[in-house]
Amino acid sequence: MTAEPARRTTRVVVARDVPSFDAAAIAPATRDTLSELLLTLADDEFVQGFLDSEWTGIAPMLEEDVAFSSLAQDEIGHARVFYELRAALTGEDPDETAFGRPVDAYRHCRLLDHPRTDWAFSIVRRYLYDTADAVRLVALADSSFRPLAEVVAKVRREETYHLLHLDAWVRRLADRGGEACDRLQGALVTLWPDALSMFAPLNGEETLIRERILAEPMARLAARQSERLEAVFAGLGVHLPATTPEVAGGRTRSSPSDGFRWLWGEFTSVHRLEAGATW
Amino acid sequence: MVIAVPTISAVRPMSAVPLESAIRAALADVSDPEIPGLSIVDLGIVRDVQVGPGRVRVELLPTFIGCPAVELIREAVLERLAPFALTVEADITFAEPWTTERITPQGRRQLSERGFAPPTGVALGQELPLFPTIAAAACPWCGSSNTRLENAFGTTLCRAIAHCEDCLQPFEQFKTI
Repeated sequence: MTAEPARRTTRVVVARDVPSFDAAAIAPATRDTLSELLLTLADDEFVQGFLDSEWTGIAPMLEEDVAFSSLAQDEIGHARVFYELRAALTGEDPDETAFGRPVDAYRHCRLLDHPRTDWAFSIVRRYLYDTADAVRLVALADSSFRPLAEVVAKVRREETYHLLHLDAWVRRLADRGGEACDRLQGALVTLWPDALSMFAPLNGEETLIRERILAEPMARLAARQSERLEAVFAGLGVHLPATTPEVAGGRTRSSPSDGFRWLWGEFTSVHRLEAGATW
Repeated sequence: MVIAVPTISAVRPMSAVPLESAIRAALADVSDPEIPGLSIVDLGIVRDVQVGPGRVRVELLPTFIGCPAVELIREAVLERLAPFALTVEADITFAEPWTTERITPQGRRQLSERGFAPPTGVALGQELPLFPTIAAAACPWCGSSNTRLENAFGTTLCRAIAHCEDCLQPFEQFKTI
């Protein structure tokens, strides 16, 4: 009997996707609020990404088909990292958080509750979303929770292209006048009550401020975004609705909207058929 | 009397420095499947290589967070480095953002040679402005700078689509990020 030749086996360690940190070193109260912050970041990007993907194949022109598919891919990628950061804090399975929750457990802002509707509506909603997100990301850029600050630095560079694209489209619709501007104006009427919903205060938010995880209270970010939007739309000659956007209840609803219920049905369909499926 | 006790490092067949160079050379065989012909070293994805006894660890920076090639690159790195150590790790890190400034001069040249305009426009280390004006790059086919940007988004997250007004050819350019 001859000896087997010594076979060299490599133990491959497939590694972390997010910065490692010691979750146990974070005080429980901080951890709870931080994981809620991460969930709102993740859910917002996730739902916006799936709304974008609804234009794949049916956008009004090929360039926008490509653009919105890229936007979707970016946002869902960002969501994945935020879900994984949260999972590193809470020990939950990030895929289960993303796809396995019931329809009423998602914490996205109400701006994203509306169905896709028409092109102008999608542009206006995305503009309101991206500009608000930019304000929020600035407040996280110097976060004392380093893993989040590092991800945010990368996200901001990518989001710059989203801002550029949506800014150009809002200007195009406003400058064109006629039906384009009417639809822009109509979309604003529907969306305005939810324009600042991203800034709904978080439970225990003061802990995040005290620990310098978040630079400023959500209410202050909302005020900043409100001023910016007023200036932008005044410059474009677009009238803002007289209603005041709701901030405090921006992430709460008595029951999921029909628009989100439908979208949830789409993006969880594979998971509900076979949880844990891979391909 | 002093008895010399050989330390583990003294009996290691290779010292860390030549091994690290060998690993970097091996990593030059790996390319991003979305940008063939350009190594991940020239693309600036490899942030760090650490060598320890029986262990190699590589840190990789994703070009774009949502880039589906990241996992394929990681698998290719693990496979290529398998002969070097018992334990090979390839970590994706965000410790610093990957930017197009990390592409080496050779990488930029190789991009041009493949009809893919290298990134342009932002100086080293600068934060992108809030609303950057994306300029079209010079045409990689004829060298003309009479070009225009068709779409800031392209066939992959890292690409934009431009058109040359002189040779009338479309071309792709690497998004500056």
